[in-house]
Amino acid sequence: MGLKASDFKTDVYADWCPACGNFGIMNGLQMAFAELGLEPHQIVLVSGIGCSGKEAHNVKCFGVHTLHGRTLPFAMGIKVANPNLEVVAVGGDGDGLGIGAGHFVNAGRRNLDITYILHNNGVYGLTKGQASPTLKFGLKTKSLPRPNINEAVNPIALALIAGYTFVARSYAYDVRHLKETIKSAIQHKGLAFIDCLQPCPTYNNINTKEWYAGEDRKDHSGNPQSRLYKLEEENFDPVVHDWNEDWKKKTAAIEKAQEWGDRIPIGIFYKNQLEPTFQERLSQRIPFYLTSPPAEQKLCDENGNSYVNLDAFLDDLKTN
Amino acid sequence: MAKDSINWMAGGPQGSGVDTAANVFGKACGYGGLHVFGRREYHSNIKGLHSYFHLRLSKKEILANINDVDLLAAFDAETVVRHIGEVVSEGGIIIDSQHLNTKVLGIPTLPPEFRAQLQKFMQENNVGETLADWLEHAKKLNIQVFSVPYMSLLNQIGQKLGVTQISKITRMINVLTVGVSFALFRYDRALAEKAVRAVFAEKAKIADMNVIALNQAYDYAESMFKDEFKHRLETTAVKEERIFITGNQAVAMGKVLGGCRVQTYYPITPAADESEYLEAHEILKTSEENEAIIVVQTEDEIAAVNAASGAALAGARAATSTSGPGFSLMAEGLSWAGNSEIPLVITYYQRGAPATGLPTRNGQADLQFVLHAGHGEFPRIVLASGDIRECFYDAAKAFNLAEKYQLPVIHLLDKAMANCSQTYPVFPYHGFKIDRGQLLNEKNLEGKDYKRFVFTETGVSPRVALGTRRGVHWYTGDEHNESGHISEEPLTRRLMVEKRMKKLELIDKEMSIEDKLAFFGNQDAENIVVSWGSPKGAIIESLHLLKDDSLNVGFIQLRMLSPFPVEIVRSALTDKKRIIDVEDNYCGQLGDLIKEKTGIAPNYFILKYTGRPMTTTEVYEALKLILTDHAPKRQVLMYGS
Repeated sequence: MGLKASDFKTDVYADWCPACGNFGIMNGLQMAFAELGLEPHQIVLVSGIGCSGKEAHNVKCFGVHTLHGRTLPFAMGIKVANPNLEVVAVGGDGDGLGIGAGHFVNAGRRNLDITYILHNNGVYGLTKGQASPTLKFGLKTKSLPRPNINEAVNPIALALIAGYTFVARSYAYDVRHLKETIKSAIQHKGLAFIDCLQPCPTYNNINTKEWYAGEDRKDHSGNPQSRLYKLEEENFDPVVHDWNEDWKKKTAAIEKAQEWGDRIPIGIFYKNQLEPTFQERLSQRIPFYLTSPPAEQKLCDENGNSYVNLDAFLDDLKTN
Repeated sequence: MAKDSINWMAGGPQGSGVDTAANVFGKACGYGGLHVFGRREYHSNIKGLHSYFHLRLSKKEILANINDVDLLAAFDAETVVRHIGEVVSEGGIIIDSQHLNTKVLGIPTLPPEFRAQLQKFMQENNVGETLADWLEHAKKLNIQVFSVPYMSLLNQIGQKLGVTQISKITRMINVLTVGVSFALFRYDRALAEKAVRAVFAEKAKIADMNVIALNQAYDYAESMFKDEFKHRLETTAVKEERIFITGNQAVAMGKVLGGCRVQTYYPITPAADESEYLEAHEILKTSEENEAIIVVQTEDEIAAVNAASGAALAGARAATSTSGPGFSLMAEGLSWAGNSEIPLVITYYQRGAPATGLPTRNGQADLQFVLHAGHGEFPRIVLASGDIRECFYDAAKAFNLAEKYQLPVIHLLDKAMANCSQTYPVFPYHGFKIDRGQLLNEKNLEGKDYKRFVFTETGVSPRVALGTRRGVHWYTGDEHNESGHISEEPLTRRLMVEKRMKKLELIDKEMSIEDKLAFFGNQDAENIVVSWGSPKGAIIESLHLLKDDSLNVGFIQLRMLSPFPVEIVRSALTDKKRIIDVEDNYCGQLGDLIKEKTGIAPNYFILKYTGRPMTTTEVYEALKLILTDHAPKRQVLMYGS
């Protein structure tokens, strides 16, 4: 019998502010894990530092709450050592695109089969609201002494250029959409990136729940016009079926990634399963890599005697 | 010092094949049953700057270089002017005759301050401006000069090989110098040929060409300089099987033996060779057949240390390998690993520091750094190998300690060991045991409510690899409770700090004296040397020489620097008249550590921070001055170009 989302809850008190987007992401993860038929011991949830870092404690699966910006290196080490684990990394926008930007880009070169969910709210919440790398130029959120002097990074475009093979965006308050996006990301063979938009109810008083919902732009009948729209509803085809169309799909996705303001696309921007994963690349060299990965090698017999034979090394070095 | 070894040096511009020449030379001597100790010196540069290899050869075991050069094989003029002072009376210099007219002060690669020194030397000694003038000066010092027309030898070789463009084979000048050297030493040329074939084993055609070159040079020197050179290299019969190995290679092999199956690294001198060597041998020969080590080149050292921690969490034995600048970047990750009790191995090859320092030279100035790196208090083991054999066994042992005590283990080495090569009897390894400590599997967990950080008497909690059914648990860099969830409760905090820190007492209790330190010489003597790392070889050889002088001194080599073996060291140093600290740094960092831990301070220091490792000659002389009451408290060694 399959597990329910509630089976992925822990008894750790989630200490986020009321209405924090992290609740939606936590629920989305728990629902996605349950619907994919995963069991807690098969999953490792790796998190960074900041409010989102605590998410690892609120989901019942292996949780590794790491260092600021280093979510992806930890996730990489775990996945390389045991490619049979389902590895999901979560982290804030400052974590991933500020202090961890080097890892964000370089992860794209490897195409490890893991999922990375960026919690994008434009601010560093836990340190009381400083501008994050995704806050737009000139905005002055609540606790900023001056308007933001830096331009914003575009996470979707950066992921595309860096080589992520699944690039999507979702919204923390649309848990159903988020859950489906997480499922697709996990099922994707390769490095999947989800730019998850989320309000920070305490520090981002500009990109609020009401702003995303378009409460400020009602139609003639007084209904709010949501700023978010779904790519799949506009027949946007993100899938690379053939290497020949790869760049075309990438540029179309980058073009979509520029949209902001009154029309913000969510959904899958790009998906390419043709690119070999890091595991597949290693398997080319080491045919038994997947069946006998580093974490599962026995190393020694039951008495501790090492299985290893160093003759190949020593023969090369011998002088007689 | 009695003559018990032959000392050969090859030098030339980087990229001209100095290393290859030395490798051929060393192997050929190894084949002849000789012990070989070789030191490789090079600039942080790809092509053009001066590099050299200093090989010492003997029928008896040798542990370090001495200051002598008996035969200098100079590929270029700079090698002659840099090393002429090291060539002994009755020694020789082999030089390419095309360089004889080179104006010494016009050599473009000389740094200005060195050029000024040369100028002064030329004035004071009345030496003319060309290399030929310098060689005339050498002859006055009773040094033989063997001028060889390499270009014409290459022309002849070219004819044999059917190569018309000589520029294509000028690379072989390195092998020509080896051929000339062996002819002068009247050494068995068949062994030299064998060594050429071994060094070029993967390129049969190039091996053939080099064998022809070797013989051409050998024939030339044999006929031109017949029996002129005083020194001989003789083969000797040996029964034991031997290897000729570098520190980088020994560490790599030790890691494989120790069960390391994930190694991460970011390119840095002098650590990267080890990772590349591992990657080249990634599929391992084992009785299980399906074992391999995965080497991952990461985007920086921050990723390297944290990916290694991740791999360790997943249950693989994991390591990363770096040098000072890289380790600086790893400090935060080290602290995380300490807090989360990760069995992580960090191999740390010290080089000349601070900052970029002397990137390709030696140093031991990072001891206090590794003892304290990372914010906060957490236990760590720091092992310091003193020679290439120890590099091998310590590298293997590090993984047992890391898993048994669940903490970061830093294996502290230096450039001297990384890049020196030495002959040894084949390292026995079949008795090596893997000890994974308290690593539980799914079966062990049946019916249990598993908590990763459960409080225990020893501080060590049973560990479970990520992915183990029934073993779901959490890690965090925050302080945490037994389940691994964040906790800021004062009592939990106190207990967790104590749980981690008390492992140091356990380690101190459980580890053998041999793991902690090694004694040499006369322990009852009133004089004692304390040291760690690569000076070991020069110190042991010095002890033998001092004994011949009837000077009595013992030596304690510290092998485990954290936890520090307080009581043994204190009792060994109590009531000594002279405690002599020998280290490759300015501050005497081991001396400081000993004083901090035992309250006993060294009263003499022999220090070196030129980036070149200590030789037996200079350590012996410095010790002798101390033991005969002719030395200042602090002597700074300078040998080496």
